[in-house]
Amino acid sequence: MRLHVAVVGLSLLLLAASVSPARADARSAAKAEAQFGIDVAQRGLWREAIYRWERAIELDPTYAPAFNNLAVAYEHEGQLDKARQAYEKAIALEPQNVQIRQNYDLFKEINDRAVEDKDKP
Amino acid sequence: MTAPLKTKTSLRLACATVTALGALAVAACGTSYFEIPIETPIQPKLDVTPFQRVLIAGFVTGGTDDVDANQETVRLLRSQLRTKSTLKVIDADVMPLVSIAQDQQKTASTGDEGGVAPASDGDRPMALPEKIREEKDLEPYERLFANTAYWKRIGEEYQNPLIVTGTVLFTPHSRSGFVSRDVEQYDSFGRRRVVPVRTYLERKGFILRPKFVFIDGRTGATMHSESYREEVLYNSQQNTPALSSYFELMDRLVPNFLTALSSQKIRGTRVLLL
Repeated sequence: MRLHVAVVGLSLLLLAASVSPARADARSAAKAEAQFGIDVAQRGLWREAIYRWERAIELDPTYAPAFNNLAVAYEHEGQLDKARQAYEKAIALEPQNVQIRQNYDLFKEINDRAVEDKDKP
Repeated sequence: MTAPLKTKTSLRLACATVTALGALAVAACGTSYFEIPIETPIQPKLDVTPFQRVLIAGFVTGGTDDVDANQETVRLLRSQLRTKSTLKVIDADVMPLVSIAQDQQKTASTGDEGGVAPASDGDRPMALPEKIREEKDLEPYERLFANTAYWKRIGEEYQNPLIVTGTVLFTPHSRSGFVSRDVEQYDSFGRRRVVPVRTYLERKGFILRPKFVFIDGRTGATMHSESYREEVLYNSQQNTPALSSYFELMDRLVPNFLTALSSQKIRGTRVLLL
């Protein structure tokens, strides 16, 4: 009986893993774009990095790291509204991700200052 | 006897496989991260494109007599703007705004042209205190910045620059009370630990309250103004010169002042994920 339970459990796990090969493909393609984006960002090519991370999001709209990276790039380009939206999307996808939250907190410090400055009479 | 053993072995095998698959899944989902330095550009608060030049005119200053806050503030802001702004900084004598405001008041009371507008609704303007010791002493001087005719004339004299002026109050300050500080302690085994200890301290220092007023030299009208407050306290035994406290406090707020006129880049580090 126990053996049956174990075998059924194992089968379910394997089934779950192979439920959507298309989705797995999308994630791995998105990851490849994200990796390329990181490589070029490290060389200072932020525009190209943005293009790659936007592609990654098109390929897999549930891939939180791509939204996080895109937010960082927008921040670097001074596009603070876009950065906020991307961070919020990344956090919505992975609310427990400490690194995304840490990035967002640092971003908010700068953004709040910029907004405060704009609001001053 | 063999059958149950076989069952047990298969069960263990199944469990091991599930665990291995689980570990593989975690490894596959685990994110790599890369720290990267970034520079976020912050746009200036003011549109300074119509100006090629900036005149740091002078300040109405008060508080301690140990520091000439007018001279020091003008000198500091000019040197900062020379290196951190695209505007050409005009080298001119520092304007003694306290005496200028007092002269204007005298002129106004005799009914001559160019006098300051009254600060109160009544006919008689508020008297300008000779010595400025606290914030309320500065209030009557505020009307100087609203005197558009005067600032327009200054603007014409210097070919329509952006004019920076305002007030600076630099006052001594003391405070006593309980302060929490960390103290190292060693127990009987020689183990070190840090314990917060509350101690009563008498401290003294300074408060710096500048207000920067940005005036359009073409019209004499105020474009923007911003106020700050910074304070520093030292142990009462410590003898820190007023001038060094002044620079310590100005250092804290100069970056904010600069964001009014020029775009700044804020350096930081973020984490890229994969």
